[in-house]
Amino acid sequence: MNDRLAQPFQQPKTREIAERMAEDVKGRSLWADARRRFVANRAAMVSVVVLTLIVLFSLFGQIISEYDIETIDWDVLGNVATAGKPSIENGHYFGFDENGRDLYNRVVQGSRISLAVGVIGALVAVIVGTIYGATAGFIGGRVDSIMMRLVDIFMSIPYMFVLILLLVVAGRSITMIFVGIGLTAWLDMSRIVRGQTLSIKNREFVEAAIAIGVPTWRIIIRHIVPNLLGVVVVYATLLVPQMILTESFISFLGLGVQEPFTSWGALLSEGTKTMNYGTLWHLAFPLFFFVVTIFCFFFIGDGLRDALDPKDR
Amino acid sequence: MNVQSPLLSVRNLKVWFDIKRQGAMPWTPTDTLKAVDGVDFDLMPGETLGIVGESGCGKSTLARAIMRMVPAEAGTVLWLGDDLLQLNHHDMREHRKEMQMIFQDPLASLNPRMTIGQIVAEPLKTHHPGLSPSEVKDRVREVLDRVGILPNMINRYPHEFSGGQCQRIGIARALIVKPQLIICDEPVSALDVSIQAQVINLLMEIQEEMGLSLIFIAHDLSVVKHISTRVMVLYLGNVVEISEAAQLYRSPGHPYTEALISAVPIPDPTAEASKEVMILDADLPSPLNPPSGCVFRTRCPIAGPECAETKPPLSDRGNGQQVACHKR
Repeated sequence: MNDRLAQPFQQPKTREIAERMAEDVKGRSLWADARRRFVANRAAMVSVVVLTLIVLFSLFGQIISEYDIETIDWDVLGNVATAGKPSIENGHYFGFDENGRDLYNRVVQGSRISLAVGVIGALVAVIVGTIYGATAGFIGGRVDSIMMRLVDIFMSIPYMFVLILLLVVAGRSITMIFVGIGLTAWLDMSRIVRGQTLSIKNREFVEAAIAIGVPTWRIIIRHIVPNLLGVVVVYATLLVPQMILTESFISFLGLGVQEPFTSWGALLSEGTKTMNYGTLWHLAFPLFFFVVTIFCFFFIGDGLRDALDPKDR
Repeated sequence: MNVQSPLLSVRNLKVWFDIKRQGAMPWTPTDTLKAVDGVDFDLMPGETLGIVGESGCGKSTLARAIMRMVPAEAGTVLWLGDDLLQLNHHDMREHRKEMQMIFQDPLASLNPRMTIGQIVAEPLKTHHPGLSPSEVKDRVREVLDRVGILPNMINRYPHEFSGGQCQRIGIARALIVKPQLIICDEPVSALDVSIQAQVINLLMEIQEEMGLSLIFIAHDLSVVKHISTRVMVLYLGNVVEISEAAQLYRSPGHPYTEALISAVPIPDPTAEASKEVMILDADLPSPLNPPSGCVFRTRCPIAGPECAETKPPLSDRGNGQQVACHKR
C-alpha cells in the first residue's frame, strides 16, 4: 500500500518537478529587465557595435600599417594635393597630411587620445560627482547648503577661460587637459545626484535601513547609490561626447595636445586650414570618426535612458 | 495590578518641528508645529498597544521619535531603564536590534535593487557581523519559512511579489534579529481586507510565539480592536484616552473616542443604515496653531468655558481607563 502511494513520486517527470521546486528560484532584477529592453533597441545596439569597432580601431589600428605618426615623407611634402591622395596600394590608406606624414596612423592615434579624454573625463566626473552629491543630499541641512553653495561658486567661474589659462600657464599637455576638464565636469553631475538622493532619501526602504541601525556610509553605498545608478549611467554616456567636444574645441584653438601627438580636434583644425587646396581628406577622415562616435554615444545614452526608466518614455 | 515592570515607558514626549513660512527671511522666527505634544504611556512585555487617531495627529511621528528617527524636543523614552533619547549613536545602535519597525507601504519599504534574501539578511549582518554567510542564509530561510514565504524565493526581487507577500517579507526582516518590540506603522492599511486579516493573524501568532510587544498604529478601529490589549487615542499630538481595548469599545470615555467609534462601519447593511453616527463640527484645527486649553474643544459637543482655560490632564477612571477631559 505504501509502495503504491509512493509510486507517483518515482515517475521521472514528477520527480524532476519536485526537485526543481526545491531549488532556489532565480529572480529577475531590475538590471536584467533594463538589459532586455536595451538589447531590443536597434539603434542603440548598432551604436554599441559601431563604437566597439571604433575603439578597436583606435587601439589596434596601427597594426595593419607599416608607417608611424611622425615620419615625414619628403617626396610628398609640398605636393600633398596630388601625390598624397589616399591609396590602398602604397599603404597610406588615408593619404598624407599637410606635413607629409601618414594620416591613417595619425587618425588612429588621435582617436585614442580623444576617446581617452572622453571616457576618463566622464569617469572622474561620475565618481567625484556621485560621491559628492550623494553625501550632500543624504546628510542634508547645513552640510548640504555649504557643499552645494561651493558648487554654485565653481559653476559661476567661466570654465573655458580657466581651462585656457591653465594650459597657457602650465604648458600644453594631455595631463593638463585631464585636470582642467576633470575640475569642472563633476559639478553638473553632483547637482543631478544630489537631487536624486533627496528623493530617494525619503523613500521607506531608506527609513527602514535607518530603523534597523545600518551605518550611514552603508546606507549610501547599498541603498542610495544603486538606486541612483540609472540616472548616473545615462548622464555619463551623454557626458563622454561632451568631453570629446570640449577637448576638440581646445585643440582646435591650438591649445590641446602637443605635437607630434594629435587628437580629433587637432586633426580637424589642420583639415579646415587646408580644405581650400583640394586636400579634403584631411578633413573628411577625422570628421567621419568624430561624428560617428558622438552619434553612437547619443544613441546609446538614449537607449539606456529608455531601458532604465521605461515610465518616462 | 501588574507587577511586571514596563518594557517601554514614555514620559512627556514632545516632537516639535520648525516650519519656515513661505518667503520668510533667514532671521524671521520660524513657526513651531507641535506634532507630538507631551505623550505619556507604558508598554508591558508581551502587550499590544494600539494607537489610533485621524491623519496628521502624530501617530507616525510618535513611533519615529521612539525609534529616534526624528529628534524629540523634550521628554524621556525609557527602554528597560535606559533613556533612548540620551544615548549616543553607538549605544543606540546596540538597542536597535531589540526594537524593529514594519512600514505602511510594503513595496516601498523594500529596496528594489536587492533580492529579498539580502533585504531580510540586512539586520542580521548589521547587528551580528561575525556570522558566516551560510549561517546567515540558514537564518533567513528559517524566518522566511515562518512568515509563509517559500524559502527558495530568496533570490527574487521585491517587484516580483504581491503586496501581502512584501509585507510578510517586511515582517521577516523585523523578526530576524529576535526583537522584543515591533512598531507597526499602519502595516495593513495598504493591503486589501482578506490580506489584512492574514497579516494581522500572522503578527498575532508570532507575538504569541516570541512573547513580543507590539505598538500597532492604525486608523482602522476594527483592526485595532482585534489585535490590541490596550488602545491609545491621539488627537493633535495629545493623548485623549488610554484604555483596555474592550473597555474602550464598550464605554468610550472621551467625546472624541465616542465620535471615532460611532463612525466605524458595521458589516450589516440594516444595522449600518439605522446606526447613529456622531458627526463632529468643523475641521481638524491646524497643528501650527492649536486651540488653547483642551485641543479638542473647538469640535467638542460638550465643551464648556473651563475647557478653553486649562489643558485637562489624563485622569484614571478605573477599569484601566484614563481619560483627558474636564467634563467627564
